[in-house]
Amino acid sequence: MGESLIRAVDGISLRVPAGEFVALLGTSGSGKSSLLNLIAGLDRPTAGAVIVAGKDLAGLSRAELAQHRLHSVGMVFQSFNLIPRMTVIENVELPLRFAEVERSQRDSLACEALDRVGLGKRLDHRPSELSGGEQQRTALARALINRPNLLLADEPTGNLDSRTGTEIMNLIREFNESLGMTVVMVTHERTLAERYAQRLIFLADGKLVDDQTNSAVSAVPAQGGLA
Amino acid sequence: MKAYDLAELAVRNLRESILRNSLTTVGISVGVASLVAMLSLGIGLQQLATRRLVKSGLFDTVVVTSRRDLRNFNRNDDDNSAPSPAESPALDEPARVKIAQMPNVVEAYPDLRFITSFTFDSKPHLTMVAGIPASYKTNDAFEGMQGGFFSSDMAPEVILQKSFAAELLGKTAKPGSDEIALAEIAKPLLGKEMTMRYSERVDASGSAPDGAPGDTSTYSIQSHELQLRIVGITDLDPDSMRGSARARVLLPLNLMASLHAIQPTALRDTTQAASRVPTYSTVSVRVKNPTQIQSVEDAIKKMGFNTFSMLDATRSLRKFFAIVDVFLGVFGSLALAVASIGIVNTLVMAILERRREIGIMKAIGASDVDVKKLFFAEAGVMGLMGGVLGVALGWTLGRVINVGTNIYLKQQSMAPEQIWFVPWWLVGSAIVFAIVVSLLSGLYPASRAARLDPVQALRYE
Repeated sequence: MGESLIRAVDGISLRVPAGEFVALLGTSGSGKSSLLNLIAGLDRPTAGAVIVAGKDLAGLSRAELAQHRLHSVGMVFQSFNLIPRMTVIENVELPLRFAEVERSQRDSLACEALDRVGLGKRLDHRPSELSGGEQQRTALARALINRPNLLLADEPTGNLDSRTGTEIMNLIREFNESLGMTVVMVTHERTLAERYAQRLIFLADGKLVDDQTNSAVSAVPAQGGLA
Repeated sequence: MKAYDLAELAVRNLRESILRNSLTTVGISVGVASLVAMLSLGIGLQQLATRRLVKSGLFDTVVVTSRRDLRNFNRNDDDNSAPSPAESPALDEPARVKIAQMPNVVEAYPDLRFITSFTFDSKPHLTMVAGIPASYKTNDAFEGMQGGFFSSDMAPEVILQKSFAAELLGKTAKPGSDEIALAEIAKPLLGKEMTMRYSERVDASGSAPDGAPGDTSTYSIQSHELQLRIVGITDLDPDSMRGSARARVLLPLNLMASLHAIQPTALRDTTQAASRVPTYSTVSVRVKNPTQIQSVEDAIKKMGFNTFSMLDATRSLRKFFAIVDVFLGVFGSLALAVASIGIVNTLVMAILERRREIGIMKAIGASDVDVKKLFFAEAGVMGLMGGVLGVALGWTLGRVINVGTNIYLKQQSMAPEQIWFVPWWLVGSAIVFAIVVSLLSGLYPASRAARLDPVQALRYE
């Protein structure tokens, strides 16, 4: 068997202004997660450019991409992706270790972030001792800790019941509104996207098929840029 | 990532799979222990040999002879710059004093010996008698001696060699039969008196030749008798290198010198005999340390004397032990090499297990270098712990060997020995070596972990 090139994301041209809340919609395999990984700097495009805050990620070295993920991007996932061996506070402050923040500052920053997601009292629990909602809150606190401008969420409510999912979405909206973070969220739930996102982008087979502005959600003033 | 963060995370990660990592660490420690045990055995044996040799007096002694001595005439001497035998200086008391005052020289004592007759139990016995300096008290040859050393350097006391003592008692070991025990011979002899006959050299004016040189060239011989008390019987011969000239009766050197007895060489050399200053056939020079032999030997040669030492023998001995150490080290390292494969295995397993975790760390901002450093740190911590544990284990092993050997030596009624020695540099370098080997073993797993594609790693369940 030979290898064949699969175009997960093909010919998409998209511009997201700073402070916008964008939902990427599509069925499984439509390329929405791949697009998110490109913006996150986890993956590199074989052709074309991904420009985030003025920097073309396609031209960055592996070390520079790591810096981009560390300082410019916060990520939350469907499966939370917490490190099971670490406690809540250790998970949250892990990016601070990579950023070489002093130990004395780390604790207060992590507590502050956990307070913001309403999880100030379960610092020393391991992820397995938490409910799904609490785990996602922890993941959100970790995504916030380095104060990035961009929050990337890959099906953040996919593993949660609808009530908990709503709580998480409300938190994400709050970050978008009060902190001015640009949010790009991957989801296949159209109703969820319509409730929170200012703009809905539809993907199919790696191609952009529709780009709608959601008039039901008001826009937040811009602070930086994502193109 | 900062060093202490790395160390903390590494220790945490190691604690998570405690059994596997402990086993790997034990593997390293066994390797380090074998290395430490092997090398400390080599070092211990070398020290034992050196200690023995230094104590034997063979390796810190330069034997000085005069070039005038007829015995040296046929010798090939490479040192052409030295004066010819005819004009070379006499090996007399002023020369001895000059040699004794050289740097690094502990003492220079003349070799005084002559054949004479002793009367014990009204029977005469003929043998060679020699004077030995007080420093011989610590000589190896007197280990296991019955009785004691001379009470002073002028005391009228003798130490007898075992064979002569047996002769005095009329006991001779038949060939093939068991040797007579030293204690058995010593019992009837210690504290007894014996009489020595000797001939004193007196110059024509009648005074002993320790005054100012006179103008006379003749001397006479006076016969004397001296009562001596037997204080010790020794098994070994401190003169073992001298072959046929070895003495079987030993006297304090100063007492021997004060007798002004005729030396065998005095009759051979008329110029020597004519002088009033004591002249010696041989002077033994003891040096502080075997390493200083060469410089002292050179200095004495410059004075115009012939010298002889066992320096070359110590050189080849050192070479021999260097080779032994290398061999022991290589064999000891083999176990560590095996252990290093264990480290590679453990870390590769850890990567497979923690693939997702590596993906998460990369997604939240860890660079390749961070991941690499983390696995490196884990290898290093295992190396450090294995090294420390291994040194402790090796040290214990060595002690057990030492105790075991000494129990065996005791059963063979021999004195206990320290055959095993761990110097501090070995402790330090064994631990450093363990860390370096572990880091080298971590190279491949660490770079493999660093290269992991985060997208694929995150997909991994």
